[in-house]
Amino acid sequence: MMRFLLRRAGHALFLLFGVSILAFVFSALAPGNYFDEMRLNPQISADRVSALRVQYGVDRPMAVRYAHWAGALLRGDLGFSFTYNTPVAPLLWARARNTLLLAGIATVLAWMLALPLGIWSAERLGKPADVALSWVSAALLIIPDLTLALGLLVLAVRTGWLPTGGMVSVGFGEFSPVHKLRDVALHLVLPVTVLVAAALPVLLRHVRSAVAEALEAPFVRAAQGHGISRTRLLYRYALPAAGHPLIALFGFSLGTLLSGSLLVEVVVSWPGLGPFLLEAILARDSYVVIGGVLLSTLFLVAGNFLADLLLYWVDPRIRAEAPGR
Amino acid sequence: MTDTRLRAYASQREPLENDMEPVIQVENLVKQYARRGFRGSADAFRAVNSVSFSILPGTTLALVGESGSGKSSVALCVACLEHATSGMIWFERQDVAAMGEPELRAVRPRIQLVFQDPANSLNPRWTVREIVAEPLLVRGRPPRRERDALAAQALERVGLGAEYLGRKPSELSGGQRQRVAIARALILEPKVLILDEVLSALDCSTQAQIANLLVELQRTYGLAYLFITHDLKMAAHLADEIAIMSGGKIVEQAAPEVILRGARRPETLSLLAASGVKSKQTAPESRR
Repeated sequence: MMRFLLRRAGHALFLLFGVSILAFVFSALAPGNYFDEMRLNPQISADRVSALRVQYGVDRPMAVRYAHWAGALLRGDLGFSFTYNTPVAPLLWARARNTLLLAGIATVLAWMLALPLGIWSAERLGKPADVALSWVSAALLIIPDLTLALGLLVLAVRTGWLPTGGMVSVGFGEFSPVHKLRDVALHLVLPVTVLVAAALPVLLRHVRSAVAEALEAPFVRAAQGHGISRTRLLYRYALPAAGHPLIALFGFSLGTLLSGSLLVEVVVSWPGLGPFLLEAILARDSYVVIGGVLLSTLFLVAGNFLADLLLYWVDPRIRAEAPGR
Repeated sequence: MTDTRLRAYASQREPLENDMEPVIQVENLVKQYARRGFRGSADAFRAVNSVSFSILPGTTLALVGESGSGKSSVALCVACLEHATSGMIWFERQDVAAMGEPELRAVRPRIQLVFQDPANSLNPRWTVREIVAEPLLVRGRPPRRERDALAAQALERVGLGAEYLGRKPSELSGGQRQRVAIARALILEPKVLILDEVLSALDCSTQAQIANLLVELQRTYGLAYLFITHDLKMAAHLADEIAIMSGGKIVEQAAPEVILRGARRPETLSLLAASGVKSKQTAPESRR
C-alpha cells in the first residue's frame, strides 16, 4: 500500500514539475509582456519601465527566473502580480474559493443526476425511454456551454427571476445570514444550471455504457441464469463492476473543478478564476497565469490521485497487481 | 486430451433407454437479432433457424458447429437468458420460451449454464464461498452456516476441498475456476446443464480432468447435458448424440459413431477435418 501511494505521489510530483516548466517557458516565449504594454503609456518614462523590469527580475535569463520562481514555489510563494502589486497566492486563493463553490455544487448535482438516470437508462437499453433520454443528452451535448449561458442570461434579464451576474447583490454585507445564503444561492442558479447541463450528458453516457456493459458481463449473465433478482444483479453485481471507469471519471471531474467553469464564469461575471485569469492573460501578468495553470494542474493531479486510491480500495485486482502489498 | 483417455470416458457411458421422456425438448426454435444499419435502419439477423432436438435424462446431446453457426444462441435460449423469437422449449411439461421473467426465475435453477471462460464468468471481487453459495439466495436466505456447508459440499462434488472457499478467482488456475463454475451450477441441483464450450479455454490435461468430472457427475446425479462445442472429436467421446449446426440450422444429427463413420454433409466433414478425424464416407446427400 505504502509503495503504491509513494509511486503515485512520485508520478504526481513529476507531472507538476513538468507542467511548471512548460507553463513558465510558454509564458516567457509568448510575444510581449506586462512591461511592453507599460511602454505604450506616455505617462511612464522609459527609465521607470527599465527600473521596474530590473525590480521584478524580468531582465534576467529565463532559466535563472525559473530557478528563482521554483525555489519560492517550494515555500508556497507563487510569485508577484505585476498588475495588483501583491503576492499571487492570496489573490489566486480568494478567486479559487469562489470557483470551487460554483464548480463543486455543479459537479455534485451533475453526478447526482447522472448516476440514477444512467442506471435507469442502462436497464432499459434500446427501449423507447432509453432512446428518448439519449436524444435529450445528445441535444445537451451539441449546445455549446456559452450559447446555453447566453440563452439563460437573456431569460434572466427578460423575466427578472434571477440575478444576471456576479456572486452577491449590492449591500450584501448588511444582509442577515439567511438572506446572505439565499442571495448567493440565487446567484448560483444560472451558472450551476449551465455547468450541470454541460457535464450531465457526458457523465450520463459514461454511467449508462458502464452499467450496460457490466450487465452483459458473463458473471452477471451467469447470476441471471441462477435466477438472481434484477435488483440484486444491478446493485450487487453490475454497479461494483461498473465502478472502475466511473471512479476514474469521478477523479477527472474533481480534477477539472478549477478549470472546467472558466468560460462560464466569464460570461456570467462570476468572481472566480475565469475572469481573473482572462484579465491576467490580457495584461500579460505572467506569474498570475502560471500560478493559475499550476493550481488547475494540482487539482487535476489530486483528483486522479484520489481516483487511484478509490480504485485501489474497491478493486481487488489492482491490489493484487500492486507491488509491495 | 489423449485418445486413450477419451475412449475410457466413452466406454463409461450407459446405454440409452428409449422409453424415457425427454427432460428438455426444443421445437422449431428461432432466434432473431435486430441489426442496426448506418442510418438507423433495422433488419433482422436470424441466428437460429427452426432448430429442434430433445435430451433424455442422464444423456448428452452435443451441439457442434463452427463459430457463428448459432449454437451459443441456442444455449442462451435454452438457459432462458435470451428470449426465443418463436418456437417452443418444453421443460417439465411447460413451455419456458413462452414464460415471463417472474415465472422464469422459478425454472432457472433447474436449467443451469456453464460458460466458456471461467475467468470472466466468476465475479472477480468475491470469494469462492460467496460465488458458489450465491445461487442459494433464489430459495430465500438460508443461515450463513448452512450456506457455507452447502458451498463446501458443492466444491467437494467437483473435487475441490473446503480450503478453496476463502480464495478469490484470481488465486485459482483455469481448471479450478471451471470446477468452481460447475460447483456453482450444481448447488441448485439442476436437471439440465448447458455446457457452452466449457473445455475450450483449458489446456489439454485440464480438459481431460474436467471431461472426466462431467462424466462422473452425470453418472452420479443423472444430469442431462447440452454440450456446445466446435470440437467434434471431444463431442464424439462425451455425447450420446451429436447435432451439427451450420447457418443457424441443424444439418445433421445422429449417434457419434454414425457421424464419425458416415458423415455426409460438407459442414460435418469440415468439422471432422478440423478435429483431425478422417471420415470413411463422403456421400453428398443430407441425412435429415
